[in-house]
Amino acid sequence: MMNKAYRFIKARDLVMRGVFIFCAVFSIVALGCICAFLFANGLPFIGRVGLGNFFGSEWHLDSEAYGILSMIAASLYVTALSTVIGITIGLFTAVSLFKFCPENAVAPIRQMINLLAGIPSVIYGLFGLIIIVPFLRDYISPNGFGYGILAASLVLSVMVLPTIVSVSFDALNAVPKSYYEGALALGATSEQSVFKVMLPAAKSGILAAVVLAIGRAIGETMAVIMVLGNSPVMPKGLFQSVRTMTSNIALGATELSGDAATALVSTGVVLFAFTLLLNISFSLLKEQGGGKREKKRP
Amino acid sequence: MDNKFNITVKNCDLYYGDFQALKNINIDIDEREVTAFIGPSGCGKSTFIKTFNRMNDLIEDCRITGEIKIGGENIYAKGTDVTLLRKNIGMVFQKPNPFPMSIYDNVAFAPRTFGIKKKTELDAIVERSLKQAGLWGEVKDRLRKNAMGLSGGQQQRLCIARALAAEPKILLMDEPTSALDPISTGKIEELINELKVDYTIVIVTHNMQQATRISDKTAFFLLGEIIEYAKTGELFSNPKDKRAENYITGRFG
Amino acid sequence: MRKNAHKRQILKFAFFKYISRGALLISLAALSSVVIFILLRGIPYINMHLIFGDFTSKNPSIKPALIGTFYLILISVGIAAPVGIGSAIFLTEYTNSKSRLIRIVRVATETLAGIPSIVYGLFGYLIFVVALGLGYSLIGGGVTLSIMILPVIVRSTEENLLAVPASLREGSFALGSSKVRTIFSVILPCAASGIVTSLILAVGRVISESAVLILTIGMVVDRAPDNLISPGTSLALDVYYFGSHGYPEQAAATAVVLLVLVMAINITATVLGKIFGKGELANG
Repeated sequence: MMNKAYRFIKARDLVMRGVFIFCAVFSIVALGCICAFLFANGLPFIGRVGLGNFFGSEWHLDSEAYGILSMIAASLYVTALSTVIGITIGLFTAVSLFKFCPENAVAPIRQMINLLAGIPSVIYGLFGLIIIVPFLRDYISPNGFGYGILAASLVLSVMVLPTIVSVSFDALNAVPKSYYEGALALGATSEQSVFKVMLPAAKSGILAAVVLAIGRAIGETMAVIMVLGNSPVMPKGLFQSVRTMTSNIALGATELSGDAATALVSTGVVLFAFTLLLNISFSLLKEQGGGKREKKRP
Repeated sequence: MDNKFNITVKNCDLYYGDFQALKNINIDIDEREVTAFIGPSGCGKSTFIKTFNRMNDLIEDCRITGEIKIGGENIYAKGTDVTLLRKNIGMVFQKPNPFPMSIYDNVAFAPRTFGIKKKTELDAIVERSLKQAGLWGEVKDRLRKNAMGLSGGQQQRLCIARALAAEPKILLMDEPTSALDPISTGKIEELINELKVDYTIVIVTHNMQQATRISDKTAFFLLGEIIEYAKTGELFSNPKDKRAENYITGRFG
Repeated sequence: MRKNAHKRQILKFAFFKYISRGALLISLAALSSVVIFILLRGIPYINMHLIFGDFTSKNPSIKPALIGTFYLILISVGIAAPVGIGSAIFLTEYTNSKSRLIRIVRVATETLAGIPSIVYGLFGYLIFVVALGLGYSLIGGGVTLSIMILPVIVRSTEENLLAVPASLREGSFALGSSKVRTIFSVILPCAASGIVTSLILAVGRVISESAVLILTIGMVVDRAPDNLISPGTSLALDVYYFGSHGYPEQAAATAVVLLVLVMAINITATVLGKIFGKGELANG
């Protein structure tokens, strides 16, 4: 009787362990499938049309020109510009929240920013479409054209703000208070201690915020597709219709077939490679910042 | 395991990685007696008590050699059922650790583990265990309330009741009163005196007065070794080892 | 001379202080203006027909999107929740069994978290639309979404499980409980509130997502899906569709509905997290 119950418990332990392992392995399998499907479909295509064609600047589907150079350039432009804007404002915002802000306002503001971080990207896109693009067109743009790199970068920089603010705020918070006090004790003003001691001490966390922001910006689709104009041409100015890798994929998705559709997959492969690179540098940063884990002695 | 529940340890060594925490331990612990382990912090007494119900299995790279027999059976032999072993050996921890569920569910936890589902049966076990732990009168009207609402001393007695509900033969107590106030401590000491009629009790304590008050035998640990093991009265009035004497008279530790 | 230099230094950094206060204001203004403008533009165009009516090209409706969104939530969270929780249990509760496997799982989860959603969309397109020949379908979109939210669920569940004090695990094992009973009767109930909160947040992500769906469910905005293998649309996709196909008012109105839903979900999660966080494990 007792034995039977034990055998059941033992068996159940074994089975559930298997179930948990299966769940854990699911992520590995999913990642493997994603890589396999993307590369198996995308790489042969790049080989077939030739590197020169694929990384060329001409995208004319009728004449089988599948060059995505202009899109890579546009992606990098938009990412760089939005990250610079986002980081500048976000970092100063985090500093201000950290030290130069009424204390009882910090928690509500942080909560509000966290909440706003949840706004769907398509809403940022719509905001860009109905507010920023007309505004740029009517007041800023020299050529009367609102779409383009500046519009996309502005939209994206607002979108990545919450991430940057909360990650760099946490990084600042993680710096030991004694650094700040130590600097004050040496005769530095509160501002000097924050900018010259605390910020440098939090630099690995802030770098992480930068990498995260870059990752979000380069991978974002919906917020940019609505404000870019989406012409597959080399970017030459801030107010000109261009197309990023992400918007190229999304635009063609529902319409193209055959080689043209495969070209989108290849675009995805390039994008994927960019994000993998970012991921790797991010985890390297984290390892550096966090230090090696100590071995515990019980 | 049959009806005998004495503990016999022979040549026991225990390592955490490269660090040797226990060195050649030999000890016989009798049934239905209270045995106290005393010694300075980090001397291995808590580590040792955990070998009896194999709680050290939970610690990574913990390695044990030698022989620990309970009721004549080597509990580290292959095929030993650890869950059955732990059912037979109750354990009370340093800090009260009731589960965040009702008082009733806490006490009924172990019986349910072993397949008892009938409400009348569970009710009886819960009542009996709480009575044994001297907690019944205080909680009988709020069995369905969350256990986290009890005071520290009550929580610790609940943990004792929870252990008793598994119907163990041996009760291990790892500094059970170190987190409690003097009154709660007194209640738990009283309880230990009552329980030793039915149970083999091993208790780790920092408090030497406590050891003299409740234990029949005492083992003095130092740096992973048992320096002296004797009847409590003897050990405290007439220690044979100089180091034990120094510790007892408060000259170090 | 010296004194002046010092003063300049102090002034310079005091100036930085004002810059950072300005940045805070800019951030708050920018973020809230997104919300405010969308509300201002959209609220006047919300009406019963838009939400519950039948779709005509003159009077579009988001009913198909509401249905589609609902299905997508069911499918994606239905898959990702059990798998993610199971995975997190393995990562936290079975740590000393096979550490290399655990390292690989961690790396895989982190990498999944960094993949852009459009790449997930491509994957879903390749596997469900092309390889399995389902064409655009809700099930394809839902499964792809489930992979996308999996890392989020794994990570937050892991955090919640790690927050369960080790003494409770010890206590349970000492009573002779098996690993499975310890997990299901002690650890999961303790972590349940936090896990529920993170599942709610995952629902929020599903509702917000659109790039994945554009490649997997087909953006068929004009009719409600019949079943899980029909193509469909979602609220977020409708915002994009309306915005880029000449229905700016409807786009803004739909965006308001989407915004309110997402905010409501996130606020619920925050409030729940606070309530649960308070009453629990006062004893550590």
